[in-house]
Amino acid sequence: MKSYHADERGYYGEFGGAFIPEMLYPNCEELRQNYLGIMEEPSFKEEFHQLLKDYVGRPTPLYFAKRLSEKYNTKIYLKREDLCHTGAHKVNNTIGQILMAKRLGKNRIIAETGAGQHGVATATVCALMGIQCVVYMGEIDIARQAPNVARMKMLGAEVRPATSGSKTLKDATNEAIRDWINNPVDTHYIIGSVVGPHPYPDMVARFQSVISEEMKNQLQEKEGRENPNYVVACVGGGSNAAGAFYHYLDVPEVGIIAVEAAGKGIDSGKSAATSALGKVGIIHGSKTLLMQTQDGQITEPYSISAGLDYPGVGPMHAHLYTSGRGEFISITDDDAMKAGLELCKLEGIIPAIESSHALAIFEDRKFNPDDIVVVNLSGRGDKDLQNYIDYFKL
Amino acid sequence: MNRIKQKLQEDKKILSIYFSAGYPNLGDTVKIIQDLEKNGVDLIEIGLPFSDPLADGPTIQESSTAALKNGMNTALLFDQLKDIRKTVSIPLILMGYFNPVLQYGVEEFCAQCEEIGIDGLILPDLPLDVYKEEYEGIFKKHGLINVFLITPQTSDERIKAIDEASEGFIYMVSSASTTGAKQGFGSEQSDYFNRIASMGLNNPQIVGFGISNAETFGQATQKAKGAIIGSAFIKYLTANGVDDISDFVKQIR
Ligand SMILES: Cc1ncc(COP(=O)(O)O)c(C=O)c1O
Repeated sequence: MKSYHADERGYYGEFGGAFIPEMLYPNCEELRQNYLGIMEEPSFKEEFHQLLKDYVGRPTPLYFAKRLSEKYNTKIYLKREDLCHTGAHKVNNTIGQILMAKRLGKNRIIAETGAGQHGVATATVCALMGIQCVVYMGEIDIARQAPNVARMKMLGAEVRPATSGSKTLKDATNEAIRDWINNPVDTHYIIGSVVGPHPYPDMVARFQSVISEEMKNQLQEKEGRENPNYVVACVGGGSNAAGAFYHYLDVPEVGIIAVEAAGKGIDSGKSAATSALGKVGIIHGSKTLLMQTQDGQITEPYSISAGLDYPGVGPMHAHLYTSGRGEFISITDDDAMKAGLELCKLEGIIPAIESSHALAIFEDRKFNPDDIVVVNLSGRGDKDLQNYIDYFKL
Repeated sequence: MNRIKQKLQEDKKILSIYFSAGYPNLGDTVKIIQDLEKNGVDLIEIGLPFSDPLADGPTIQESSTAALKNGMNTALLFDQLKDIRKTVSIPLILMGYFNPVLQYGVEEFCAQCEEIGIDGLILPDLPLDVYKEEYEGIFKKHGLINVFLITPQTSDERIKAIDEASEGFIYMVSSASTTGAKQGFGSEQSDYFNRIASMGLNNPQIVGFGISNAETFGQATQKAKGAIIGSAFIKYLTANGVDDISDFVKQIR
């Protein structure tokens, strides 16, 4: 049977691989040769799951959203990643990678961050393990995400501004990669999504796969069946989506719905809807869909949600899109904000604006009354309060 | 015979110069090439600017960004170079990242290079295995040499595989770093230079990254066949413009 997981060389169909300069080869190769073996070690598994339970607070609830379900006349469950320590799913990956880094004997961690969620999750696990942490963040993002910059500093991380290019997430990623080139022996790079060269997309997806593993058990308990009709998740780079889809990728009867940020509209020139606007190319060492000029220069995306503001998607998602396995929907800033506020009013949950994009599909995408639709609520809205306040003039 | 191979047979140390096409001014490309040849440079690497040059340090990041702002792109560069072989015979290499080449179409790109008289390509993020499986045939058909990089961290086994896949020369990155001038070379570099020299590789090696003046050029070429200067030349252009390129070359040798 055709699989939607990565093959041995890190390809999802035609997407993925490791398009890296030779300077990165030893680092990526060391990781590639070791990651599966380390993840299989009983002591690794035990430590990983213990921390997810006692530190992150897993399993996160699968919550039946009664009032939301009534409004849209279908059965909607929310997978509550917003209840994870640090406020989003990102920490599932950073816990896994910090344990990986320790086993590889690394004593210095670098990371990139856009909104600061992954930076905070990385700074958190570095504090937990007493490891030095440097987070690259675009100069523009530093200015507009002050609370997360402060959190990282409180947690002991050094936040270095990325001043090249467009001074946002893609440039912070470039800077982190350059740091790794300059520090090839002692440093591990904790990438924040299912992007970058092989083995990152597969490794990050595996760490996030705990999301769908729990969903299966929880649905079994609540509905007497492991499989929902649909799983819905927002896609920036695609890590929360990869985790939510993971155990359903090769189960054809489960519909997979990926939600991208349309920004001010797909044709507005201010959008981050990579599946609609992207072409096949290379970004950050991976062959995937990305937004670029005709000349192959990578363009700057836009979304009200900093976490979805990335010009590419992970290779898993590029493959889900081009193969037709996944249904891709894009949601504008306005519709996402409305859906976020609606969740507050109907369920008493303030979602991250990223997650609000996933919630916004119910206006137009109709489901049957007895369909079970699981929405991955990837994060909470604390970090976005200022945005909500400004938008709704609260 | 390919001009690069021919040049490498000469009994001399090779001085190779890199610059970003379209920098400092959009129309400087041809003049820079002509002046470098006139002043005795042996090989030229023409940088195709890219928005996200992740193997480059600040100097080449900035020259790439400026070149793109000036309006440089692949089609325009080919147009600027279309008559270059009427005036120069120096070996020419295009150096860039793989994505713009992919968007142009690899076959199309290579055909254009052949038509113009480009002799080789350096695409640091096109990995060895993908090159061999998908593109080697196309490069060869159009008479293009593909240059691979090695670093101090590259294993002997991989160096041998790269040597096997190379024709022309191996680009020896001087230290674990992005491009840009450093404060000279230390014992770590000489150990590395000696180690590579003692491997008895088929292809000569040309050292790049961190070479900025006569001293570092001399150190790098003690064992290796030649050396490449990039960031230092770009800094020179930034400060002095394109009128007195001979002054820069004379500082080196
Ligand atoms: C709450 C939340 N959801 C989603 C994302 C998007 O990332 P990904 O697509 O990797 O899940 C982010 C990124 O910062 C986030 O903070």
